[in-house]
Amino acid sequence: MKINFILNGREIELTVPSDIRVVDLLREELDLTGTKESCGSGECGACTILVDGQSRLSCLMLAAQLQGREVTTIEGLAGNEGRHPVQEAFVQAGAVQCGFCTPGMVLAAVDLLGHRPDPSRAEIREGLSGNLCRCTGYQKIVDAVEMAVHREKG
Amino acid sequence: MREVFLPRTLDELWDLLHRRPEAAIYAGGTDVLVKLRAGLITASGLICLERIQELKGVRDQGDEVYIGAATTHRTLLADPVIQEHFPILIQALNVLGSPPIRNMGTIGGNLVTASPAGDTLPPLYVLDAEVEVRWGDGAKRLPLSQFILGPGKTSLGPGQLLTGVRLRKSADYNVHHFEKVGQRKALAIAIVSLAAVLQVSDSGRIEKARLAWGSVGPTVIRSVEVESALEGRIISRDTLTKAAALAQTAVSPIDDIRAGEAYRRTVAGNLLLRLINYAR
Ligand SMILES: Cc1cc2nc3c(=O)[nH]c(=O)nc-3n(C[C@H](O)[C@H](O)[C@H](O)COP(=O)(O)OP(=O)(O)OC[C@H]3O[C@@H](n4cnc5c(N)ncnc54)[C@H](O)[C@@H]3O)c2cc1C
Ligand code: FES
Ligand code: FES
Repeated sequence: MKINFILNGREIELTVPSDIRVVDLLREELDLTGTKESCGSGECGACTILVDGQSRLSCLMLAAQLQGREVTTIEGLAGNEGRHPVQEAFVQAGAVQCGFCTPGMVLAAVDLLGHRPDPSRAEIREGLSGNLCRCTGYQKIVDAVEMAVHREKG
Repeated sequence: MREVFLPRTLDELWDLLHRRPEAAIYAGGTDVLVKLRAGLITASGLICLERIQELKGVRDQGDEVYIGAATTHRTLLADPVIQEHFPILIQALNVLGSPPIRNMGTIGGNLVTASPAGDTLPPLYVLDAEVEVRWGDGAKRLPLSQFILGPGKTSLGPGQLLTGVRLRKSADYNVHHFEKVGQRKALAIAIVSLAAVLQVSDSGRIEKARLAWGSVGPTVIRSVEVESALEGRIISRDTLTKAAALAQTAVSPIDDIRAGEAYRRTVAGNLLLRLINYAR
């Protein structure tokens, strides 16, 4: 089937099997391999993308559902001025080890800060609770989001 | 390849269901797409409800509140009417899955999945929720407790859709309590959960009690004996301990990978003790 949607700020039109999962569409058809797949069943958050600004799991969405939507993957997060503040904070805080969970973590944090601009540490942990990390022990990830909050506030 | 349909109106949906009666329906897909991947769904077509506006959102109708079946958990959590009138539902939604699961999953999907561990079920049982079922040229309304028949089983017939949930606003309860015990905080399927709404007088007497347990039976468990052991009594350690002993015999849990039968029974009782926090 033919689908039209906005991907990382650009309108695209594709012909795809309607039941292909969004994670496969991104990784296999569009070479956007920043989006990761681990569990394939909603448990880990590695495949998180933003759809109309909200975090969604691309392993539990079918391509047809993208019709008319605005999709942001980790590749589209940085603007013309460089890294998104959350990305910058992850770098500064040392919140990345192997990096597999990072795209999902960053996008989950962007969604969180979008509707809760000044979260407490507990709220940050809650906001990221759908994303697993097997390396960092989470502390530096939470530090990074806190750092992004303070930076936004100036 | 399976065809995926995204009808925009109920009329389009009835037409599709008529043409493709074998197609599987999904809303958020957080149950269906997991099963599809596991090869448990063989339907040749999939119908997604997410674009049908008539199935989405919360409507304040005076004495009643109507929740469209395809309303996501996130939308419900942010809704001021739900927050004001049904705090127990908010408490349960707050611990359902994880943020992205709540962004995608819907109340209708949670009910039709009819899992004994479904987190919206115990609160909706104590609130005496009714559901609305529709089909091409008909509709009916029935208590949720009659809609859910067993694990994974509802009374929905072929071609029928759960279109919404109705809740009566009630000023009866001043205690709204939900607690879920799982293996961890996020992404944990309930091992046992308890929903309790109470009317407690200024002197601490329980005037009215409605309780429901999740994950300790084939479907939600209610117990008139436990409710009447609470009603008319002052909230105290003694009252709650006695009710907890009754609760342990009222539930009928099973052993599974998450917990044993005896543990579940004990916890089902002990969760009642938490109500001591509402003593005056
Ligand atoms: C990682 C993970 C964690 C989870 N954690 C929890 C948890 O903690 N607590 C919990 O309760 N659940 C949990 N779930 C299960 C699931 O997310 C919820 O049950 C959710 O509410 C299902 O909604 P949905 O819209 O995604 O359902 P779908 O997958 O779209 O549908 C579920 C079922 O309902 C049917 N259906 C959906 N809408 C309708 C309708 N309007 N009329 C008729 N039939 C309909 C479908 O045909 C299907 O049989 C979890 C799932 C995952 C993947
Ligand atoms: S791969 Fe999608 S949640 Fe794990
Ligand atoms: S950095 Fe390796 S999984 Fe998080």
